[in-house]
Amino acid sequence: MSDYPSDLLYTEEHEYLRAADEDGVYVVGITDYAQGELGDVVFVELPEVGSSFARMETFGTIEAVKAVSDLFCPVTGEVVAVNAALDDDPSLVNSDPYGAGWMVKLRVDDPSELDALLDAAGYEAHVGA
Amino acid sequence: MTHPLKRTPLYAEHVALGGKLVPFAGFEMPVQYPTGITAEHKAVREAAGLFDVSHMGEFMVSGPDALALVQKTTVNDASRIEVGQAQYSAMCRPDGGIVDDLIVYRFADRYMLVVNAANLDKDWEWIQEHAVGMDVSLEDHSGEIALLALQGPSAREILRTLVDVDLDAVGYYRFTEGKVAGIQGVISATGYTGEDGFELYVPASDAVAVWRAVMEAGSDQGLVPAGLGARDSLRLEVGYALYGNDLDDGHTPLESGLGWITKLDKGDFVGRDALVRQKEEGAPRRLVGLRLTDKGFPRPGYAVHAAGRAVGVVTSGTMSPTLGYGVAMGYVPAELSKAGTEVQIDVRGRLVEAVVQRPPFYTEGSIKR
Repeated sequence: MSDYPSDLLYTEEHEYLRAADEDGVYVVGITDYAQGELGDVVFVELPEVGSSFARMETFGTIEAVKAVSDLFCPVTGEVVAVNAALDDDPSLVNSDPYGAGWMVKLRVDDPSELDALLDAAGYEAHVGA
Repeated sequence: MTHPLKRTPLYAEHVALGGKLVPFAGFEMPVQYPTGITAEHKAVREAAGLFDVSHMGEFMVSGPDALALVQKTTVNDASRIEVGQAQYSAMCRPDGGIVDDLIVYRFADRYMLVVNAANLDKDWEWIQEHAVGMDVSLEDHSGEIALLALQGPSAREILRTLVDVDLDAVGYYRFTEGKVAGIQGVISATGYTGEDGFELYVPASDAVAVWRAVMEAGSDQGLVPAGLGARDSLRLEVGYALYGNDLDDGHTPLESGLGWITKLDKGDFVGRDALVRQKEEGAPRRLVGLRLTDKGFPRPGYAVHAAGRAVGVVTSGTMSPTLGYGVAMGYVPAELSKAGTEVQIDVRGRLVEAVVQRPPFYTEGSIKR
């Protein structure tokens, strides 16, 4: 059974956003449902700190044993941190997707873009759980 | 309308175990169980795994011309195997392209040909076509036989508790008939993982009983159910080719690293003329092992580059769970097939360094040859 924490925002592409301590910055990762579907993650390719991405632009890739998937930037913004721990242990994405398996921290350009994201109930409905 | 997917007799077991079922060769097969491909892979390398490979096909060939038919349709020399012995072989078209790879088992009264599920219908027609005018009886037992593969360094000790035969008397690529958990079957010292282990041919109606008995017997020895995902990464680490990926009818055994099973001096067989010619001329392309020296996950279809241009293609690849780097198989021109040759693999637009290496990549397996 997949986990859908209620304090997160979600995309239809199976990413989540969690408000970070700093105002306007969000932690981005992939959902528990997504990691379950992907299976064992063996390699995560993340962008450089300081790079900027438009909403829905590819900001990285995630290699699982079965397939490779693009990571889509959920809202326009600048990458202010990346999770270097995934370099050594990409399986954190499987074991703790909402915690140690986070991918980037994003400073959001236009907070109104967040309004288009799903809440937990909306995302759960989206994946048909 | 596509054909509905077939199910093995163990389908309900896979569902009950939480297996993730995917279409494979016309069957609904478990690609993994909840612990995941990497954990299953490691369990097979360190303890044991149980695979359902009942989708494989089994053909029985008997009658006065049985050996003649096997010799005519396969490239290895089946006259060299004794009763109780198995032989890896391949069937070729007249142009040398591989129809399928298979295992030939010699029983006292028949041969059993074990073929890939994806090729079952094609192989059956192929063999029937070549049996015309021969005094043989051909039977397709694929639906009545289940096949379980118990693989790993602990496989032998687990199975020992369930059989009425001396497993240690069954050498590599040998088999015996006997009871497993009270069920009469064929116990074969073969596998596709590079580890010690056995493949168990049992009646489909008894498959669940045997599966459960083996799982129970191995419960305190680290035995896990293992799916197609782990089977693929395990076979790749030891360089075993897979039909449909590394082997196909567009390549000959001489190109595909199967020269060692191709006995051109055994007498005539389908494809021999083309293979003799190719041997004289030299195979233009070769299936090689590729070890990635940069980080990357090689996948089938990725281009292999050398000196700035695409020269070949990856046919299988994975991030080796045991070795921690990418390993692949692929076709390259013969002049680039020597071990140590440096090439690059185009991983989604990024050229990743790789080196040609003669498989196996993983050499520490418990297999007893």
